[in-house]
Amino acid sequence: MRRKECVAMLLAGGEGRRLGALTKHLAKPAVHFGGKYRIIDFTLSNCTNSGIDTVGVLTQYQPLVLNSYIGIGSPWDLDRKNGGVTVLPPFMEQKGGNWYSGTANAIYRNIGFIEQYDPEYVLVISGDHIYKMNYDAMLSFHKEQKAEASIAVIEVKWEEASRFGIMSVDDAHQVTEFAEKPKEPKSNLASMGIYIFNWSVLKSYLLKDEANPDSSNDFGKDIIPSMLNEGVRVSAYPFEGYWKDVGTIQSLWESNMDLLDNETQLNLFDRSWRIYSLSPYQPPQYIAPTAKATRSLLNEGCFVYGEVDHSVLFYGVRVEKGALVRDSVIMPNVTIGEGARVYRAIIGEGTVVEPGAVIGDPNAAPSEITLVGNNETVRKEVSA
Amino acid sequence: MKRIMGVINLINEPDRLEELTLGRCLASVPFGGRYRLIDFPLSNMVNSGIEDVAVFTHHKYRSLMDHLGSGKEWDLDRKRGGLFVLPSVLDIPSGISKGDLFQFFSHRDYFYRGRQEYVLVSRSHIVCNIDYRRVLEQHEETGADITCVYHEMDDADDAIYRKLTVEADGRITAMQDRTGRLASRNVSMEMYLMSKSLLLDIVETCLSQGDDHLVRDGIMKNISRLKLFGYKHEGYTGIVNTIQSYYRHSMGLLKPELLRELFFQGAPIYTKVKDEPPTKYTESAGVSNSLVANGCVVEGVVENSLLSRGVKIHPGAVVRNCILMQNCEIGKDVVIEHAILDKDVSIDRGRVLSGATSAPYIAAKKKVI
Repeated sequence: MRRKECVAMLLAGGEGRRLGALTKHLAKPAVHFGGKYRIIDFTLSNCTNSGIDTVGVLTQYQPLVLNSYIGIGSPWDLDRKNGGVTVLPPFMEQKGGNWYSGTANAIYRNIGFIEQYDPEYVLVISGDHIYKMNYDAMLSFHKEQKAEASIAVIEVKWEEASRFGIMSVDDAHQVTEFAEKPKEPKSNLASMGIYIFNWSVLKSYLLKDEANPDSSNDFGKDIIPSMLNEGVRVSAYPFEGYWKDVGTIQSLWESNMDLLDNETQLNLFDRSWRIYSLSPYQPPQYIAPTAKATRSLLNEGCFVYGEVDHSVLFYGVRVEKGALVRDSVIMPNVTIGEGARVYRAIIGEGTVVEPGAVIGDPNAAPSEITLVGNNETVRKEVSA
Repeated sequence: MKRIMGVINLINEPDRLEELTLGRCLASVPFGGRYRLIDFPLSNMVNSGIEDVAVFTHHKYRSLMDHLGSGKEWDLDRKRGGLFVLPSVLDIPSGISKGDLFQFFSHRDYFYRGRQEYVLVSRSHIVCNIDYRRVLEQHEETGADITCVYHEMDDADDAIYRKLTVEADGRITAMQDRTGRLASRNVSMEMYLMSKSLLLDIVETCLSQGDDHLVRDGIMKNISRLKLFGYKHEGYTGIVNTIQSYYRHSMGLLKPELLRELFFQGAPIYTKVKDEPPTKYTESAGVSNSLVANGCVVEGVVENSLLSRGVKIHPGAVVRNCILMQNCEIGKDVVIEHAILDKDVSIDRGRVLSGATSAPYIAAKKKVI
């Protein structure tokens, strides 16, 4: 293998329990997003657009769809002879085997993969965030700072800060303190779960962490705190722009709705930073004479006869005459029957909403999102 | 189906699509919002299990090469077989490229190398979704020398095609150019299945007699000697080789039944992927009876139209009965009707442009109006 300056390790094993029915048979990074994408497309595209051509994808939970989706990486231009994408599931060894016990353990168990490329740096990212970021710019920052580890940080709302890994930094972007999900946060600078490490430094910490039976083998809980304790130079790379952890139904819905905002920070139409995805080879969408489509994102392969307002429709969605879809996310191949109404909902792949059925409530509180799972049938009498 | 090798024959294909074929061959004319004409024969072949496909190019094929690339989108980037794009060979002394049989002869290695028994020769301008496995089945059942795929047409003859007389047993007894007097609704879809040895035989016999056209010389002149059978294709068939037929068949896609038949009832039609985001409709958008590809931003009114990938319609604009190709931009308050705008055409605010159904207004690529 030719030497690589930087190898990316993409953590994609997340179960995404808080996404309920959507992740019953699907790892979180493979959940549909934004009308044509899956969540993992954003990080994979970021790698490609940042010039990183060697990516290890660490899978674990329900990996079938994710594995076949990633394939040899062609949609993201990661089908390379030297490097490219490699899917790295947990495996057995002579002395036994088990699941990845934490984020750090997942990297530890793939030291062999990383060392094939003898990299100077390792980029650790996760496959369940929506954002566009130039990792190459972060790497330059890392070098300028002469840091041994860098963490991308973003300012979050103070009231949400206790959900994140929170950092205190000095004037020179040096991290002075790090607290994972603190009850009383001292700052609102949150870790985005994006790390760049000097490989030699990271490797020594991974070995040490693995030898410690009390460790939970996690970057946020174990590796970063012990680096800070031992005086490793950890920098915080400030990121401004759109970033969202789509781990809950509410945040998944919000993030989809953010795309409909005219002033959205997450511009999918920027041709210099495209988000790549596997093409399902569908014809253009058909908008019938009886249809109305406003404030929405519609993908190819849709047939719209009814009204769609402020919604995101994936490929193969059919909205029949007299139906109304508002403030909703409709995943691939869903049929919304004649006269049906869908408000503030996320509807899973392949579901059929029968004629006249009503989902959600237009007057519900903003936090109330109705979730309908994959391949269900929503009947008129059952729904409220 | 590893028994058939495919040829998409672009030699002497008429390019009468006015501005649309100014800088490109017919095969690479955009169609249906995100496709090129050649996507249809190519996808049909691949979906029928044909793994060796040669495209015999003729001229103006830069954009075709760009579109086809390594054949990856059609799964034809193979170690064994796959896609062969074969450029036309000139007759060196005269500098003129001769008929298709001369080209077949020049590229005879393609036929020799293939291990298949049969050859399917097709053109690029017939839009349909067909399974050639059925054609081969019938070919073997009838014991035909050549099987010609045809369609019974019931609408306007604004394209260029050949007419056929098909007997009750399926045998074709007459074949005439459109100008001929033959009264028949049976139209050749210019897809001919035959054994490789027969094709090579036709190539050599005709060339030795100074003839060089497969259909005109090799088939039509020998119609009484050959067992020529017709295979009737019942599904959607769009013969697209004049501006009128192009416009009519494009607009025909606005019938959802046809759309479903062409794209959803058979196997998928593949094309070069562009990674455009889904199309965005804003508050002021008013779209009806239209086909819209990805990557568009629609802020105006669009009726009875086809928008290709990446088209922008500004607020106040009205687009009616139009075909807008990739990346066209329609300025504020523009009114445009019955028009075909090639790629990257932009219309400044406030303009009013209109053509007619029989003579749509056509703007060449990159024009600024």
